[in-house]
Amino acid sequence: MIISDQKSKEELLDLLAEKQRLFLVGCGSCATACKSGGEEEVFRMQEWLQSQGKEITGSVIIDEACHIMRAARDLRHHRAQVEEADALLVLACGAGIQSISANSDKRVIGGLNSLFLGNIRRFGQYEEKCSLCGECMLNETAGICPVTNCAKGLLNGPCGGMEDGKCEADRDIDCAWHLIFERLKRQKREGVFARIVPVRDRSRQRKPGRHKLDR
Amino acid sequence: MSRLADQLAAGQFVVTAEIAPPKGTDLGPSLEKARALRDVTAVNVTDNQGANMRMTPLVPASLLIREGIEPILQLTCRDRNRMALQADLLGAAALGVENLLLLSGDHARFGDHPGARSVFDLDSVHLLQAVFGLMEGRDMAGRPLQGLPNFFAGAAVTPEAEPFDLMFQKFSKKVAAGAAFFQTQAVFDVSRLERFLDAARPLGRPVILGVLLLKSANMARFLNANIPGVRVPQALVQRLEEAADPREEGVAIARELVAHARRLCQGVHLMTLGQEERIPDILA
Repeated sequence: MIISDQKSKEELLDLLAEKQRLFLVGCGSCATACKSGGEEEVFRMQEWLQSQGKEITGSVIIDEACHIMRAARDLRHHRAQVEEADALLVLACGAGIQSISANSDKRVIGGLNSLFLGNIRRFGQYEEKCSLCGECMLNETAGICPVTNCAKGLLNGPCGGMEDGKCEADRDIDCAWHLIFERLKRQKREGVFARIVPVRDRSRQRKPGRHKLDR
Repeated sequence: MSRLADQLAAGQFVVTAEIAPPKGTDLGPSLEKARALRDVTAVNVTDNQGANMRMTPLVPASLLIREGIEPILQLTCRDRNRMALQADLLGAAALGVENLLLLSGDHARFGDHPGARSVFDLDSVHLLQAVFGLMEGRDMAGRPLQGLPNFFAGAAVTPEAEPFDLMFQKFSKKVAAGAAFFQTQAVFDVSRLERFLDAARPLGRPVILGVLLLKSANMARFLNANIPGVRVPQALVQRLEEAADPREEGVAIARELVAHARRLCQGVHLMTLGQEERIPDILA
């Protein structure tokens, strides 16, 4: 899921200066799961904003804020409250914020920073495992992604900074290549070490990404 | 053929050292240091070393050539994508640079621009492949070149790294990608060096041993704590601690390592960190 966290209260106050009446938008998916923009957080935000003298015209938690058409529908259902507001404060990831901004000419203020596509270790502890590179090599790296887990994203083994199997950039974490090496050894196969992995086709990460299913 | 390539091919023991480009536009001190290194085989010119921003090494490297000092141009994958790397390589060749040391590059996190985006479009193995492609007359997209570069391209290795087999896998890939010589990270433990060389010797690439001049026990402890891939054994730290004159002891340690290099390797790469005047003593 998309890991996000709330902007600081100072930054929010700065962003909301001059905006007296606010409509709040949360997201029922990722932002709910990482407690940055679910029902509870939207409620707390509402209480805090009121304590700061703001007026809340209404709020909605969209099931998946990244769904452009559903976001449009939910905003329509709250049209009067949205119209009353000076701005919409959105507690969703960057994708969710843009579903809202695509569907309203009101000023849309994002209240979260989106961090990464994350796995959940346990509640409140998230780890990036996949960079969405479009050219997955997990099948030859024993299910450990060097593009994401190697601090330099190297494709052909560790850099010269590996020490005792630890990462140059952070001695507290394991070198991804060490993990790959050990797991391949346990699986008794050479995997990625059998060949020089060629350069990547970075055009697969061309921005903005688009994908359309053939029907 | 570069002097470095010639001497290695002839089985002569080579000596390399290094300079850093200036932080600023004043090349005077860098060139002054290089002139003091006139007697070595070749002089590495570092590339934003330690992820600290400095002048491009291409400029001091080309000025060294004018002075009759042979450069080894270092290039890392951290700051340039494949287009910029190839563009700089063609420029380097046009300026007469032949020797290259191709590196991944230190992580930007520890440099003076920690907010910079690290590129790593290529890794050091890819960069070696790109260099050989250019020498064969095509760029990485397969397009033909007019006028071909002639490089003597080397790579780096950290012989003391653990796990050994994993480090050696990467070394083997660099050999397969065509690395013509290796310069090592600073090495202090001779038994670890011997283990590496026993495995590396059948691959037939010259190894130039990195020898770093220690000045004090504190410096050794600092290296152990902060410099990736460098480890000074406790016995050497103690020798420096107990020495009446730690600087002389550092020179003595370096001299011993050079003696091992003469026995085991094809050359030494001296990292004297401002004490270039001690090089004759270290090589004595």
